[in-house]
Amino acid sequence: MTYEIVALYAVTFCLVVGSIFTLVGAIGLLKFNDGMTRLHAPTKVGTVGVGALLLASIIYNGVFGEGAVQELLIMGFLFVTAPISAHFIAKVNMHRGTCDTPPELPEDEQWATFDLPASDQELTKPLLSES
Amino acid sequence: MMRLFQWLFPHPVLTLLLAVVWIILQNGFSAGMAVFALILGTIIVRITAAFWPERPGGFRVGKMISYALLVIWDILVANVQVAWIVLSVPNVKLKPAWISIPLELRTPEAITLLAGTITLTPGTVSADLSQSGHYLLVHVLHTDDPDAERDLIKTRYEARLKEIFV
Repeated sequence: MTYEIVALYAVTFCLVVGSIFTLVGAIGLLKFNDGMTRLHAPTKVGTVGVGALLLASIIYNGVFGEGAVQELLIMGFLFVTAPISAHFIAKVNMHRGTCDTPPELPEDEQWATFDLPASDQELTKPLLSES
Repeated sequence: MMRLFQWLFPHPVLTLLLAVVWIILQNGFSAGMAVFALILGTIIVRITAAFWPERPGGFRVGKMISYALLVIWDILVANVQVAWIVLSVPNVKLKPAWISIPLELRTPEAITLLAGTITLTPGTVSADLSQSGHYLLVHVLHTDDPDAERDLIKTRYEARLKEIFV
């Protein structure tokens, strides 16, 4: 009986921690005023926020239900895909010029996202003039 | 016989991974399910084999596990730090910065893992690679000393990844 009480406290703790971090992520998304700094907020929610909520689900199902491990898959897929979407959003920000200019590289190298064939450079122009 | 095996299982690890994912998705275990998972793993990998012409190189499993634990710990610590920055630092005082990290890693898997690690640890987002893949562009949310941040990433993550992918 006692271990069920302990599990209940653990589930509650995880839910509270997850909710707090999700809330802070949402606040950050609203508060910051530039595309790149805003990007930092969702990467937080994606890790500890969702992670704690899923951990709560695992513990609850393990103790009171039939036991579930699919949450591990959710976490795995999230950890693999979150950096990729963040990567894309960062590149869009660089092209739109909504952030500081990235540092120059030595040995006349260029950041890969600006290395476009001439035909594609036309595509990014409306984005640049729009902002 | 060996060639038949090669044809049927172009990526044995991927086959096993798909089978395990399928079993976890089912949320239960039976022998029939394991067989079906292996069949699925074989067919899917066989059909998509044209998309994976090369087999990724190996890595050291033991060091990978300790690296994963280190990253999870760092994510927890950095989350609290960044939550504090979000709640306490006003926008005018925020000092975001770009840093470019010269890379010593050369294998694509290692660079991908490093970029993913940097994005998952709150406070830093990896944004781009240079054309040659020798520099990584990272955005830092709030820092007083961008050079220290760069050295931290190099010593803490890159040095360990260099030992994992040899």
